[in-house]
Amino acid sequence: MCSIWLYMLQRLTKVSKPSQFLISIALVILSAAGCYLMSGYVDYKVVAFILLLTVSLIAIVFDIIPVLVAASLSALIWNFFFIEPKFTFHVGTAEDGFLFLMYFVIALINAVLTNRVRKIEKQVREKEEKEKMVRLYNTLLNSLSHELKTPIATIVGATDNLLSGSSKLSEENKLELVENISVASLRLNQQVENLLSMSRLESGFIQPKKDWTDINELVYDVVHRLEQQLKNHPLHINIDEKLPFYKLDYGLVEQVLYNLLYNAAIYTPEYGEIFLTAKNNTDKVYRMDTSSAEHSVLKKESNTLVIIIEDRGPGFPLSEIEKVFDKFYRLDNTKTGGTGLGLSIVKGFTEAHNGSVTLENVPHGARFTIEIPAETSYINNLNNE
Amino acid sequence: MNNAAILIIDDEAQIRRLLEITLESNSFKVESAETAKDGLRIAANHPPDLIILDLGLPDENGHSVLKKLREWYTKPIIILSVQSSEEDIVKALYNGANDYLVKPFRTGELLARIRSALRSAANEENNPLVDAGDLQIDLAARTVKKKNEIVKLTATEYKLISLLAQHEGKVLTHQYLLREIWGPGYINQSQYLRVFIAQLRKKVETDANRPEHILTESGVGYRFIAKE
Repeated sequence: MCSIWLYMLQRLTKVSKPSQFLISIALVILSAAGCYLMSGYVDYKVVAFILLLTVSLIAIVFDIIPVLVAASLSALIWNFFFIEPKFTFHVGTAEDGFLFLMYFVIALINAVLTNRVRKIEKQVREKEEKEKMVRLYNTLLNSLSHELKTPIATIVGATDNLLSGSSKLSEENKLELVENISVASLRLNQQVENLLSMSRLESGFIQPKKDWTDINELVYDVVHRLEQQLKNHPLHINIDEKLPFYKLDYGLVEQVLYNLLYNAAIYTPEYGEIFLTAKNNTDKVYRMDTSSAEHSVLKKESNTLVIIIEDRGPGFPLSEIEKVFDKFYRLDNTKTGGTGLGLSIVKGFTEAHNGSVTLENVPHGARFTIEIPAETSYINNLNNE
Repeated sequence: MNNAAILIIDDEAQIRRLLEITLESNSFKVESAETAKDGLRIAANHPPDLIILDLGLPDENGHSVLKKLREWYTKPIIILSVQSSEEDIVKALYNGANDYLVKPFRTGELLARIRSALRSAANEENNPLVDAGDLQIDLAARTVKKKNEIVKLTATEYKLISLLAQHEGKVLTHQYLLREIWGPGYINQSQYLRVFIAQLRKKVETDANRPEHILTESGVGYRFIAKE
């Protein structure tokens, strides 16, 4: 309930300047008119309070100048229509004169004070947001510096060792150091790639270059690139034989599948099975044919590519499921080697195709479902030329 | 083929040194240039057998250096660049690059690409037989044999595999393949290409899902590999 009020207040504060003037003036005139109709029953002093209430309400949502206008207008209206003698700006008694003056001052103070409170509120909100950003930025820097500096430390340490020319190093040790350097540099490169993808996403620079894509080809291409990581995970691929070609950005969708399969392979126990399913969902929209009552006509058919990747691992803690697609999010106690960018890149690249990605826990594992609406072509199911 | 002279045009001293060491230890003759200006001068004075060109040079855009070289230089040019966008790769291939490697690259991969480019440059005129281990493509007899048995191909499938095999080791872009096989009007009809690549793989590859000869270059095109 409270949040609905807050929401409405926020909406109202965003009303444009000219409309604020119009709405304030209209509200004052409306409540004055209401009071005027009731003037037989309501004392003119009560009218003053009703008008003050109106001005105060306006002050809660609108800017200072429209509020001041409303305050002055209401004072004048009160004077003109309600204080004896009516229909003049003349004030009959000294007491009424004093009342009018007080009304005017209270209305103004009300307007100015409310405005000041709102300003302070805004400052506090901004400060809180800034602090939140700083905290996020710190987590980001910590995670990044760790993920970038670990491989760099490996490289520096290993090269120092090799360069020192220490004769104690056996050929075997030397080889191991060189292998460490190689692994660390590849890891560093992967992190940089992720950061570049992320900054492309952040800059809003991602424009999918869509072209006809054979999902079969794409899936096996990714699997091939991940051969090393997948070697201890039985992978079951189930691609619908009648799957059409889709018009999508090969590179981006490739990256989406790569990141999901990579995670499934790295963060689940060895020999845990992984299931990859690709199928088509068709949504048909029918329109009733007016010429014949019995037939509806196919108005629009839209196709969605659905790719499901399921693993046999620990799954995700229920409380964390919503957060996994956030930038720099990592589960506690996870293996090193990630910046926490992989899944947010998955989300970003999928959404660049107007698609969606969802995560759910299933018995014995986690399931990611990618849905990408796309143009299709069934030319691949035609016979040879 | 060994002892071939290679010219490196790259402004990064460390990369130049790495390439020199790698190539010299594989018995290539190496010369290197730091700027586009030097590179173009050396290429003109002592035309090498192959040029390795970096696209990010300080004094001139690599694409324009490539175009200048291609006005007269007909031997292989391999691009080495940190730019990994598909547009960049397609553009360089369109401007006459034989191959494109993105930094960081594996030296094994670079050597394989260099050898393959030199081999196809040497083969250009003669040798109608492309030998890819279990797969033989006879461009003169217009036959394809897999494990010594003739593979039945449709006319389009044959056109596609012979085009790829003639440029063994080189990436052929989608646009190039579509134009050469179906004609200029089909440049955007990439779904035809996908169909025929899939069909061809079923016929010539041992496992169509793990192709060893017809390889996908993500978002760019296809490459025919002979070895294995």
